[in-house]
Amino acid sequence: MLDSNVKELLIGIVGEGNVNDSSESRLAYSYDATPNFQSLPDAVVMPNSTEEVRKILKVCNDCQIPVVPRGSGTNLCAGTCPTEGGVVLVFNKMNRILEIDEENLTVTVQPGTITQEMIKAVEEKGLFYPPDPSSMKISTIGGNLNENSGGLRGLKYGVTRDYVLGIQVVLPNGNVFRTGGKLAKDVAGYDLTRLFVGSEGTLGVITEATLKLVPMPETKKTMLAIYDDIDAAAKTVSKIIANKVIPATLEFLDHPTLEVVEDFAKIGLPTYAEAVLLIEQDGALEVVERDMEKIMRICEEEHAISVDVAKSDEEAAALCTARRSALSALARMKPTTILEDATVPRSKVAQMVKAVNEIAGKYDVKICTFGHAGDGNLHPTCMTDVRDKDELKRVEKAFEEIFAKAIELGGTITGEHGVGEMKSPYLEWKLGREGIEAMRGLKAAFDPNGIMNPGKMFAKDSRKRVVVGV
Amino acid sequence: MSKTTMQQELKERLDYDELMNCMRCGFCLPSCPTYTQTDLNEPASPRGRIALMKGVVDGLIEPDEDFEKQLNLCLGCRACEPVCPSGVKYGHLLEEARDVLAQRKKYSLPVKVLRRVVFDELFPKKDRMRRLNGLIWAYQKSGLQGVTQKTGVLKVISRNLAEMESILPDIPSPKQMKNRPIEVRANGEVKKKVAFFSGCLMDTMFMKTNDASIELLQLAGCDVWIPETQNCCGALHAHSGEKEQAKRLAKRNIEAFEMEGVDYIISNAGGCGALLVEYDHLLKDEPEWKERSRKFVEKMKDISEVLVELEFHKKDLSLLPQTITYQDSCHLRNVMGTSGAPRQLLKAIKGVTYKEMKGADQCCGSAGVYNLVQQDMSMQILDDKMRHAKETEAQTIVTANPGCLLQMKLGVKRKGLDHKVKAVHIVDVLLEAVH
Repeated sequence: MLDSNVKELLIGIVGEGNVNDSSESRLAYSYDATPNFQSLPDAVVMPNSTEEVRKILKVCNDCQIPVVPRGSGTNLCAGTCPTEGGVVLVFNKMNRILEIDEENLTVTVQPGTITQEMIKAVEEKGLFYPPDPSSMKISTIGGNLNENSGGLRGLKYGVTRDYVLGIQVVLPNGNVFRTGGKLAKDVAGYDLTRLFVGSEGTLGVITEATLKLVPMPETKKTMLAIYDDIDAAAKTVSKIIANKVIPATLEFLDHPTLEVVEDFAKIGLPTYAEAVLLIEQDGALEVVERDMEKIMRICEEEHAISVDVAKSDEEAAALCTARRSALSALARMKPTTILEDATVPRSKVAQMVKAVNEIAGKYDVKICTFGHAGDGNLHPTCMTDVRDKDELKRVEKAFEEIFAKAIELGGTITGEHGVGEMKSPYLEWKLGREGIEAMRGLKAAFDPNGIMNPGKMFAKDSRKRVVVGV
Repeated sequence: MSKTTMQQELKERLDYDELMNCMRCGFCLPSCPTYTQTDLNEPASPRGRIALMKGVVDGLIEPDEDFEKQLNLCLGCRACEPVCPSGVKYGHLLEEARDVLAQRKKYSLPVKVLRRVVFDELFPKKDRMRRLNGLIWAYQKSGLQGVTQKTGVLKVISRNLAEMESILPDIPSPKQMKNRPIEVRANGEVKKKVAFFSGCLMDTMFMKTNDASIELLQLAGCDVWIPETQNCCGALHAHSGEKEQAKRLAKRNIEAFEMEGVDYIISNAGGCGALLVEYDHLLKDEPEWKERSRKFVEKMKDISEVLVELEFHKKDLSLLPQTITYQDSCHLRNVMGTSGAPRQLLKAIKGVTYKEMKGADQCCGSAGVYNLVQQDMSMQILDDKMRHAKETEAQTIVTANPGCLLQMKLGVKRKGLDHKVKAVHIVDVLLEAVH
């Protein structure tokens, strides 16, 4: 529980109604979307302004109380689970779109803004914000920035990081500063914008962000390529890229994922298929048509059973919405779904898909795979039950081997979900001891007392690297 | 009851697999009216409430006053269910938890007596429902209503009660309520044989709407039976923590409708239909009722679905030129899965410009007795709803459930729009359009 003096101080800053330490509130902010992680914070605090955040951080820094900035709690790496207690900072009172600048093509927002609401607002002005994490209807921009979220359009447009021009940051010592600005070019000093994007709330608190917008693409086409062989689908992915076509979206879903998604969405997905590719291209009409023809030809060469272009915008939207529900729909099958996002170079997607299936067989666990195949970013998802301790051990072994394989192929342990607490034991596999040391140095420079989201990113103990056996 | 025994009981009654089935992705959050109305307060969301229930079961928190308040703040609209990719049956968890809380709650004596009268003596018994409505009829006809409204005596008791009283429909006379049809024949060729669920409130206060429903079914080509021994569906009971009584009512209804050769059992109230269509779940612990409830449930349909199936929308339907908007009944949409058919029927009427209201799929705040027990939240939601309704510039707001209908009337009145906007049940609109 929060010390009563500290509580009084916090109430003095944000007002009585914005500090809550009832068991109801503490429980409701004890989790995010990561299975098997839950821990009650000491209090939930809802600041109204940057100034209030500054004062809160100062109090917490002086009293060495952990601070966990949280958006809508949809992350998948236990990034906002307050595993060491402390204060959860909630930004539902700092949720305004401050400005849409049509001359500089930027939008400036507070961290609590819901991603989709911002996207809608800029689209009304004919502008486009490409990062589209599957949770965008729920997630906040603050959450997206801290996790450096990806999405379905990452292949052509990149991820959140590529659209952040400047931020306002509060450090634990109470210092407030701005980085970047509405600038296409800016090399004044270290690129702190990029450092904070994806820092998972471990360095400071982002209280404002200016994001880059692009003109709305003229047109968009969506197609579904159906395969009765999972390898053929995976090979198509590498071949499309090798043919110098970069679609906006190139998603992969395997057979079991298709089944559960169809069970939920009921839009007539081909549940008989072994795998499908969901492909989207946007841009000028003639370019889109030319690219789609080329992609269609490649799919057919790689033995797709059929390739269909969506007939209407509604049909296209339904396909993408269905894809976004994949993870949660998989939860229909078993009580617990544990998903990873091992990522490999695009050319290695087919090898990775094959390895995942072999590893699942080896450990006798059920793994479904879907994901942003065009990005080399797969989401192997394991259907299990946390109550089955024996199986859980095997699941962990399987995932360790998947990580190791990804790294062996020149990939990484996480493409877009973040390290959080969940993957922290494996960070060293990717970075090496020296890499971790460099990162720890950075962390200490910004947050010497270690109050910012403790327990995340850096593990107390790193896992011993497994030797890949497949 | 001590907190530990309450905890124990919740542990026994709540389906742990269902609690685990929520993987906390948060896809439900934007659909939840109370989450939106509370500035995105996590405990007031479906994900939050499930976590609270699981937290109690796991022993992480106690079932304290906050816990109970939070469960009571839920409208029970179940908008979170169709958007849940994992398919969590939130409504079932809520109902079970509320039942435990209600059974263990120490109500004050007057409340206890009132609950017994309403739940055991009034709604389950048709003749008493008629008698009560008869009293309201007398009240309306005798001029007493005028006096009450002028003096504002009800406002002293409760602002909402006063407002509710003023929007009650004209109650049919006791004689009319007694002479209900039992069986009517199709007009022309018989396409379907159906049984009609008349309900308690619908067959008294909204009797004209029931009559309209039966007439529409005849026009669509249905032979219609209205079993005499049927009774209240039990929804009010099930949602208020009176599950045992709800089960008794369900069994009587299943018996009443066990007749050969009936294609469908039809309801015209989303609130009733949603419970009727879940009788199999309600009686899941009673194996001897498994088959009987399954048969009943399989035949359950909302009237709008059957009318579309029988191509009623292809008939010559017309009304004076007007804009119409449709407010979904939550339980019709989220539990019975009916949302397209009513819209299709309304769009088929010549002279009607159909305009979809923003957030038509979100609860209006009526939610059974929610608008009486959670006035502030209910009115907050209703005022938002009316703002969206006004944006459509519709002269007619159509609904498919009596609770929603009264709430719409209340909303129209609150906004001071009573002279230019009316709220009606869909079957009344259709009957007017076909004549």
